[in-house]
Amino acid sequence: MVTQARMSEQEQQPNDGMEPEPQGAWARVLLARHPERPHVVDYISRMFESFTEIRGDRLFADDPAIMAGFASLRGRQVMVIGQEKGRDTKARMRHNFGMPKPEGYRKAMRAMRMAEKFGRPIVALIDTPGAYPGIDAEERGQAEAIARNLYVMAELTVPVICVCVGEGGSGGALAIGVGNAVLILENGVYSVISPESCAAIVWRDAANAELAAEALKLTAPDLLELGMVDEVVDEPGDGAHTDWDEAARLLGDAIERNLAALDGVDGESLREARYQKFRSLGSFFTEI
Amino acid sequence: MDVAEWYHGGVYCCGAETRIGFVHKDFPESSMAWFRKDSGDGNDQSKVRTEGLWFKCDSCGAIIWKKDLEAAAYVCNRCGFHFKIGARDRLRAFFDNETWEELDTSLRSTDPLQFVDQKPYHERLEAAMAKTGLQDAVVSAEGQVLGRTVIICAMEYSFIGGSMGAVVGEKITRGVERAIGKNAPLIVISASGGARMMEGMVSLVQMAKIASALTRLAGAKLPYISVLTDPTTGGVTASFAMLGDLNIAEPGALIGFAGPRVIEQTIRQKLPKGFQRSEFLVEHGMLDAVVPRADQKAFVARAFDFFCGPIQ
Repeated sequence: MVTQARMSEQEQQPNDGMEPEPQGAWARVLLARHPERPHVVDYISRMFESFTEIRGDRLFADDPAIMAGFASLRGRQVMVIGQEKGRDTKARMRHNFGMPKPEGYRKAMRAMRMAEKFGRPIVALIDTPGAYPGIDAEERGQAEAIARNLYVMAELTVPVICVCVGEGGSGGALAIGVGNAVLILENGVYSVISPESCAAIVWRDAANAELAAEALKLTAPDLLELGMVDEVVDEPGDGAHTDWDEAARLLGDAIERNLAALDGVDGESLREARYQKFRSLGSFFTEI
Repeated sequence: MDVAEWYHGGVYCCGAETRIGFVHKDFPESSMAWFRKDSGDGNDQSKVRTEGLWFKCDSCGAIIWKKDLEAAAYVCNRCGFHFKIGARDRLRAFFDNETWEELDTSLRSTDPLQFVDQKPYHERLEAAMAKTGLQDAVVSAEGQVLGRTVIICAMEYSFIGGSMGAVVGEKITRGVERAIGKNAPLIVISASGGARMMEGMVSLVQMAKIASALTRLAGAKLPYISVLTDPTTGGVTASFAMLGDLNIAEPGALIGFAGPRVIEQTIRQKLPKGFQRSEFLVEHGMLDAVVPRADQKAFVARAFDFFCGPIQ
């Protein structure tokens, strides 16, 4: 879990003037958090037409860390859900650095159920350091909100395409990540724990985050090899930050292709396919 | 979430090895370092060896005779503090005649990430296996609870902080499937720091896997009771532990998504007393009841009567 203070330090000095090693896991972490990297709002405005935001969980509040709304993707009506970090200081504060609270997850759940009711596919864009670790979030049941989303997503009878476009921060990411297809951008990272927190636990020093990043196998190629994601989406040039329009076009292509592959599949089969996918995922055990 | 919050518990025992979980804050490097320091010289004749006959209550400091503590299911007879107990002790407390059939005992982690920090993960696994006599951090079993066949999965906190990797995920999922196959209710007793860091994303996806399996249990109209014990945090709370038809907890258990240390670092304040304890969660609507250890069996049996009808 990255704290706000630590996160803003990283974002202020992302590369420290040094060119990152293109192969290194830590370099990918820095790219995934690059201050110029397109965010969910940037993808939404480029990939979709007539995005109409819907707000609120109908229970407590609206959480701007998760955005939801309906839009059209090259002629297809879809429900879009995404975690938005905010770019300038004011926006970051409003979006809580992309760290959702329970009301954010419950808004996402409401949007997903709405999509299911009207037979529309769901596109979920993941970009969060993690679910917000705060007193209010705990009081309102952060764990329950995440757990409920996993459960509800498992039951959906519409296509669900999830894409990690930046940082996939643990349970806070997975809570909108149970899809028929799970994609990740070339420089996205998706992990059970942030490298800093991992380093703080096992090396007792967050400065060993580079070692932790390597050990956690959190890069797109590693995750593809482990079978944790279905597809790695190319980014333009040296990364999505170098050409937002092209990054959005490539991502739009990938989402459109994955949606098209599920055209005409009935709801029960979609649910069954998603179930079997997650049932067999992570079967890393032996019977002795 | 995750194992960031290996709980600073530590059950004090004056003497030798105990079967109560004793995860010290310096775990995993030296889980008993404070203890070894005292006995390091070995030849100190002035010390009285008590051979683990007495326990000190973590909460009120009362010194309790081991036999009394065992008889009270490891609950302090003075203040009601619930000591951590192991997975098999949990099963013993629920199943009739203390008999049950253990399921899926042969599953072992393959160390999917080949994870190495200061020590290779496979060595940590072997050490945990040797210490606990278990293959991983959960024991699942089928047995009778007041005459009714029930599947119970009980987590073992002293096995790498009760953390959930591929084996825990698979065993609990198979437990759910077994319940469906046997048309039996399910109980999962949680005690966990969350997802197991050393299995990375493989751990994380177990949350989705178990939650998915639970949708099928619900589809079969079979009850699931989640029993949360000290501590239950991270990815375990944020998946199956919060998805029971009933969520009940032991008194004073630490239950939350983020661990207290992570929250304190984020908000840069001390947390109020009682925050994230069972009683706090009941107040905030996240639990159905706080049920003392001695009453849990009767509670679940009563609930199953309601859900499934009384045993004929």
